[in-house]
Amino acid sequence: NSGVISLLRPLLLDVVPTIQQTAALALGRLANYNDDLAEAVVKGDILPQLVCSLSEQNRFYKKAAAFVLRAVGKHSPQLAQAIVQCGALEMLVICLEDFDPGVKEAASWAIGYIARHNSELSQAVVDAGAVPLLVLCIQEPEIALKRIAASTLSDISKHSPELAQTVVDAGAIAHLAQMILNPDAKLKRQVLSALSQIAKHSVDLAELVVAAEIFPVVLICLKDSDEYVKKNGATLIREIAKHTPELSQLIVNAGGVAAVIDCIGSCRGTVRLPGIMVLGYVAAHSENLSMAVIVSKGIPPLCTCLIEEHEDHIKAAAAWALGQVGRHTPEHARAVAVANVLPTLLAMYMDTRSSEDLQMKATLKNILQKCTYLPALEPLLHDAPPNILKHIVGQFSKVLPHDSKARRLFVTTGGLKKVQEIKAESGSLLQEYINTINNCYPEEIVR
Amino acid sequence: MAALARLQARLSGLREEYFRRNRSIDEDRKIEYKAAVKIQSWFRGCRVRAYLRFLTKMVIFIQKWWRGYRSRRYFRKMVETAYFIMKMNFYNEMAVRIQKRWRGYYVRKYIHNYYALKKYLEAISVNNEIVRNELQEYAEMKENEEKRKDLEKKEKEKNYQARKMHYLLSTEQIAGIYNSPFRKSPDPMELLLRKSKPLSHRRQQMKSPFTYELCDWPTCKRPPTFSTSQQLPPIGRQKPQGPFRDTAEVLRQRYKPLEPTLRVAASINSPREKARAEMKREEWGNCIHDNEFLPFSSYHKHEKYDPSIHRSGKYGQETYGIKHFREVQPKKWVADKDFQTVLPSIVLFEKFGKTYSRTGQIV
Repeated sequence: NSGVISLLRPLLLDVVPTIQQTAALALGRLANYNDDLAEAVVKGDILPQLVCSLSEQNRFYKKAAAFVLRAVGKHSPQLAQAIVQCGALEMLVICLEDFDPGVKEAASWAIGYIARHNSELSQAVVDAGAVPLLVLCIQEPEIALKRIAASTLSDISKHSPELAQTVVDAGAIAHLAQMILNPDAKLKRQVLSALSQIAKHSVDLAELVVAAEIFPVVLICLKDSDEYVKKNGATLIREIAKHTPELSQLIVNAGGVAAVIDCIGSCRGTVRLPGIMVLGYVAAHSENLSMAVIVSKGIPPLCTCLIEEHEDHIKAAAAWALGQVGRHTPEHARAVAVANVLPTLLAMYMDTRSSEDLQMKATLKNILQKCTYLPALEPLLHDAPPNILKHIVGQFSKVLPHDSKARRLFVTTGGLKKVQEIKAESGSLLQEYINTINNCYPEEIVR
Repeated sequence: MAALARLQARLSGLREEYFRRNRSIDEDRKIEYKAAVKIQSWFRGCRVRAYLRFLTKMVIFIQKWWRGYRSRRYFRKMVETAYFIMKMNFYNEMAVRIQKRWRGYYVRKYIHNYYALKKYLEAISVNNEIVRNELQEYAEMKENEEKRKDLEKKEKEKNYQARKMHYLLSTEQIAGIYNSPFRKSPDPMELLLRKSKPLSHRRQQMKSPFTYELCDWPTCKRPPTFSTSQQLPPIGRQKPQGPFRDTAEVLRQRYKPLEPTLRVAASINSPREKARAEMKREEWGNCIHDNEFLPFSSYHKHEKYDPSIHRSGKYGQETYGIKHFREVQPKKWVADKDFQTVLPSIVLFEKFGKTYSRTGQIV
C-alpha cells in the first residue's frame, strides 16, 4: 500500500488538472478506509503538498483535497494533530470562504472531523477563525451544507464552555433556532444536537438557548417520524432541564413534559433514554415539579420502560427517574407505589446479574422512606433482603400505631406473622421497629 | 468659866486626840478613798453602761430603720421585676399567637399555597392536553401529507408507465390485454391507457380515445360531455375519411367556455366603485354635522368681524403715527378748523399714497 502512495504523490503535481483531482480523490479514498493507510498518507508527506497547492486550484481540486484531509483526520486525534500542524486549518478556512457550496461542504466536514476529537483541536479550529464562517455557512440555502455546518458547530461546542461561548458569540443560536422547523430530518438532527451541546455546559448558555424561543417549537420535533430527531430533541430538553428549577419550570409550563411522555411512549430502545432523563431531572428539582410530572401521567411510561427494556443503562435511568419522582413526600411515594412498580424494582435489585443495583438501592430507599401506602409495602415484606427490609419495617412501625384499620389488615394478610419471623440483633434499628409494631398489638396475638 | 475649865481639861488630851483622830482618819482615808473610788467607778460604770445602752438602742433603731428601708427598696425592685417579667411573658405569648397566625397564613398563602398548587396542576393538565392534541394533529397532518405524496408519486409512476406502454391499448379488432371481452367493463389500466397521451417525441397521428365517444360527426348537435367513465367503443363506428382534425378537438375548441380574465370579468368601474363606496361609507360615518363645506370666500361673507382685544378697548390702537403725526384735539378747537401750522408740513408725507396712482387708496 505504501507503494501506491509514493506513486500517487508525483501525480498530485501533474500538469493536467484532472489527474491532480483524481489522484487526490484516490488518496482520500485510501485514507478513508483504514487508519493505517491514513497514517501512511501522513508519513508520505502528502499533506503539505496538498495544503500548498490548495490555494490556487479550482473547486474540484479543493473538494478532493478537503476530502483527503477529512479522511485522514477522522481516525484518531494524533492524525488530526498532524493535519493541524502542517497548517491545513488556514487552508480549510480559506475554502470555507469559497463560492462553491460543494467546496464549503467538504471543508466544513473536514473541520468537523478534526474538531470532534478533543478540546485542544477544537480550540485550534476556533483560533483559525472558522466559527464565523461556519455560521455564515449555516445560512446558505443548500441543505447538505447546512447539515454539515450544524454538525461541525455541534462538534466544536461539545468540549468545553469556552468553546460553546465562542460559538454563541458568533451568533449561531438564532440561526440554529430558526432551522428547527426545517422539513429535512437529518438537518433537524444536527441542529438539535448542536443546540444541546451548547446548552449543556452552564446555566447561562442554557438560558441563552431558551431565550431564542425554542419552546414550544421543539415539542414538534418530538413528534417527528425520524427516531434520531426525537432523540436529539429530548436530549436538548434534558440539557436545559438539568440546570435549575426555573428552567425545568419553564419546560413544564410549555407543556414539554406531556410531549416528552408521549415521545417515550412511542419509541423503543436507546432513543427513549434522554426522555427518561428529562423526567428524572424535572422531578428532582422540587416537589411541585415532581407532582406536575405525576399529574401529566408520567409514571406509567416509566414503569413500562423499566419492564420492557433490555439494556441495563436504560433500566437504571428509568429506576433513577422513578426514584426522583417518588422521593419528596408521602403523596409522591404513594403515586409511585400505586403503579405497582415496587415489586419490579425489588426483583431487579435482587437479580444478581444486574450491575446497576446501586441505582436500584438508592431508588428503593428513597421511595420506601416516604411511602405510607401499606398495601403496596406488604408484598415486599416477603422477599426483601435485610437492608431493604429495615426500611419497610420502619415504615410499618411509623404508620401502624396510628391507624387501626391498617393494624387489622396487617394481621389478616399475614404481615404480623412475617414480622415475627424476622430475626434481628437486639439493639439494632430493625429490632426497635419490630418492638414498636409488636407494641401495637395485644400480647395474645403477638404470641 | 466652866466651859473654859472644861476645855482646858480637855486640852491635855487634845494633842493625842488630835493625833488620834488624824491617825484614824489617815488610816481610814485609804479605805474610804478606795471605797469612794469604787463607788464612783461603779456609778460611772452604770452611767456609761446606761449611756451605752442608750446608744445601742439608738443605733439599733437607726439600723432597723435603715435596713427596713433597704429591704423595702429591694422588695420594690423585685416586685417591679416580677411584674415586668409577667408582662413580658404575656406580651410574648400574645406575640407568639399573632406570629403563629401570621406565619400560618403567610405560608399557606404564598409559600405552600395548596389551592394555587392544585390550580397550577390542573392548568398543567389542561395545557398538556392541548399540547398533546396539537402535536397529535400535527403528526396526523404530516402522515397525511406523506401518504398523499406517496400516492401522488405512485400516480405519476402509473401515468408514466401508461404513457410508455400506450401500445397496449386495445384496438377495434384486437382487444388489448386489459380489455378482455369476457369482462364486464375494462380494467382500470385500460382506462388509464386511454386517457394518457402517448410518450414519444415524434409526432404521431395516434388515435386519441375521444374519437370513440362522439355521436355522428356532421350531425353533432349537442356538445359532447367529456365524462371520464368511458364505455366500450361501439363496434360498427364509421370514422370519417380524410385528413380532418379529430372531432373532439374541434368541438372542444368551438364550445370552449369563456374564461375571462379578472380584468375583463370585473366591471369597468368596479375597483373605483368599490373604493369609492368604501370612502363614502367612511365619510358618512365620520360626519359630525350636515353643513356642507363651503369655500373660504363665501364662508365668511356674513360674519361680523370681531376685533381683537387690543383693538377693541378704548386704549386700542392709537392713530398717532398711523393717521397723523401730530396730536389733534378737535374738541378744543375754537373754530371748526385746526390751526394752521406755522411750519409747512413735510412734503414727503403729503405725497403719501398719492405718488403714482390712486389705486393704493382702495386698500
